[in-house]
Amino acid sequence: MAKVTIDGIEIEVPDGTSILNAARMIGGDVVPPAMCYYSTLKETGGKCRVCLVKVTQGSAKDPRPMPKLVASCRTNVMDGMVVQNITSPEVLEARKGVVEFLLINHPLDCPICDQAGECDLQNLAYEHGAAKTRYEEDRRTFEKIDIGDKIKLHMNRCILCYRCTFVADQLTNNRVHGVLNRGDHSEISTYIEKAVDNEFSGNMIDVCPVGALTDKTFRFKQRVWFTNPMDAHRDCPKCSGKVVLWMKGEEVLRVTARKDQYGEVKEFICNECRYDHKDIAHWKVEGPRHIDRGSVISQNHYERIDLQKLKKEVERQLEFQKGKPLPEPNSLNA
Amino acid sequence: MARKLLLQHENVPGINTFDVYRKNGGYASVEKALKSMTPDEVMEEVKKSGLRGRGGAGFPAGMKWSFLDRKSEKPRYLVCNADESEPGTFKDRYLMEKIPHLLIEGMITSSYSLGANTSYIYVRGEYMYVIRILEKAIEEAYAAGFLGKNILGTNYSLDLFVQPGGGAYICGEETALLESLEGKRGNPRLKPPFPAIAGLYASPTVVNNVETIAAVVPIVNQGGDEYAKIGIGKSTGTKLISASGHINKPGVYEIELGLPVEEFIYSEEYCGGIWKGRKMKAVVAGGSSVPILPTDLILKTAKGEQRLMTYESLSDGGFVSGTMLGSGGFIVLDETACIVQHLHTFARFYHHESCGQCSPCREGTGWMEKVIHRIEHGHGHQGDIDLLVDVAKKIEGNTICPLGDAAAWPVASAIRHFREEFEYHIKYPEKVKNPKHFELEPFVSEKSLVTA
Repeated sequence: MAKVTIDGIEIEVPDGTSILNAARMIGGDVVPPAMCYYSTLKETGGKCRVCLVKVTQGSAKDPRPMPKLVASCRTNVMDGMVVQNITSPEVLEARKGVVEFLLINHPLDCPICDQAGECDLQNLAYEHGAAKTRYEEDRRTFEKIDIGDKIKLHMNRCILCYRCTFVADQLTNNRVHGVLNRGDHSEISTYIEKAVDNEFSGNMIDVCPVGALTDKTFRFKQRVWFTNPMDAHRDCPKCSGKVVLWMKGEEVLRVTARKDQYGEVKEFICNECRYDHKDIAHWKVEGPRHIDRGSVISQNHYERIDLQKLKKEVERQLEFQKGKPLPEPNSLNA
Repeated sequence: MARKLLLQHENVPGINTFDVYRKNGGYASVEKALKSMTPDEVMEEVKKSGLRGRGGAGFPAGMKWSFLDRKSEKPRYLVCNADESEPGTFKDRYLMEKIPHLLIEGMITSSYSLGANTSYIYVRGEYMYVIRILEKAIEEAYAAGFLGKNILGTNYSLDLFVQPGGGAYICGEETALLESLEGKRGNPRLKPPFPAIAGLYASPTVVNNVETIAAVVPIVNQGGDEYAKIGIGKSTGTKLISASGHINKPGVYEIELGLPVEEFIYSEEYCGGIWKGRKMKAVVAGGSSVPILPTDLILKTAKGEQRLMTYESLSDGGFVSGTMLGSGGFIVLDETACIVQHLHTFARFYHHESCGQCSPCREGTGWMEKVIHRIEHGHGHQGDIDLLVDVAKKIEGNTICPLGDAAAWPVASAIRHFREEFEYHIKYPEKVKNPKHFELEPFVSEKSLVTA
């Protein structure tokens, strides 16, 4: 076991835990955001750099601080490590820089993007981004392509987290798509159009943090916040069969896997569950899906609110935010 | 004449063939090491010599070797990094082209010391003709019994392969090189684990620059202590410098570390002064990624001491008033050179070569290039200079590999030392429309006009 202090909160975690996962065990605001790390996919992370944190004390044995900010998703804790996340202005400054970098070539077409409302980049930009852009040039653009018969790729929106390539590597038996070219011309692509064809390819849509990979059976059908998410399951020989049905009235508009509070799928589902059973009669409905109150999806939410719990949560947040040196979100010099 | 250890026989006719090389004392280090020394003794000599990595970072080579995981059951590898792509650096190409057997000899001796039975030379794809030269030399070495099974009758065996790269600057970064060598996309790996623990095929691996490996030959031949006598302090031995730019005699020179920078630029033996009798404006001392320095700071440190060609002296003053020896790509700019134009060339290069794996470098290098392009062509506006400084600051130190730093340092240093030139470009867009603007009318600082 290793004792680690993150933003002044001490926690004991098993050896080999990453700083990010240790912070997730604490929960709340000390959790660094993550755009490329995915807990259920091996070797993800380290690329997007939004989870950078400052290590002010390496370990109890070697208390020297680490010279650079480190990617918390891929740096393991040491006993006696002291980490600063939101209590370090340097980290917040770097994170703001990374968000700005992620946004300069992102089209910001949220009003017509299917991912809006459940987009990790939208949430990240909302919390850490500046209201004004300093980028004046044209954004880099690509054509939209069909990489599979049910998956549309908008490369313009992609932030190159590489998660979808890890899905193909780890969930399916062969990967037919990958990253072509380099630098800001890199693109996710298949050499042959519609080449992605296997039973678990649909999970690429779920792991995509932005609207780069979208479900062609759901595109432009409905804004997610007008749908009612329901937990449901069916006996599926190929996968766990545990899904979320995104319903409008009696109609099932979309089927996705269940995401946890960090937007990560723990149990992946097969394409049959995802695309071929858009009928409520095929499913055993468990009840309404829990949606975080901060999310826009919860606007027409009908779950009973536990007022006591909510009050506690609000108080905890207020207490925590006292020491949080976040800059004014919309100031002009940001 | 300064002492030459690597390029001693460069002018001997036919030195690229095995027979001539052997007659001139070649492969003596292999005989000495394999027949009379243990692998650890060879490593001790390299440690004693104080040899520092010649690829750019200047990390002590003996120490890097000692980090190799010797307890591991897996095979060990030595990989020679010949993916020389830093703009302004061409010393490795020269060495491999002229004396290919020196590198092969170094590879055999080093592999013996590290206990590697398979070694690779990763050459950048643009050097295809060099690859042919190396392959021919390796063939000759196999035929002479210096490579293959039971070298010189000992029980040590070594296979040496040349692998062409696909033409990417990033594959000069050691972990990206290993990925590329494994046949994958050349993206740098996250460290730790370092290659010494899990490198090529997840086995313990040492990656060294061509010049570092070649320097092992004289170290073993004459002993580490003797080698360490050359140079000053922790900068020992000789170094190949690729001199280019506005000088009379561009080319590759072998210098003893500790040579004054002024002597290197103006002496007839080396660069031979600035061409056309012009004055020097700035120097990039160690390849495109190191900070650029103006004349007064490259000849003398901020403390007023003479600057020497050593790792320590060149970095004296840190990033405020110093630079780095880097890979030895010595680029001299005369008074007609435009720093903004020069910087745009570098920024364009880094934009083109960023691998695109991590966000700050992928997006930031392109952004910087566009802003510098704007300033250079007379479309810049107030605030652009501060924007550049800020973007460079946000890339630096926040990326997986040092390419982000390499892209940010030239920008930050050029603005630090030549801010007035950037302001001139923004102030007088009409004057900079002509790409040869400073050739027609050299830049004069407005501050000096006022004081004069």
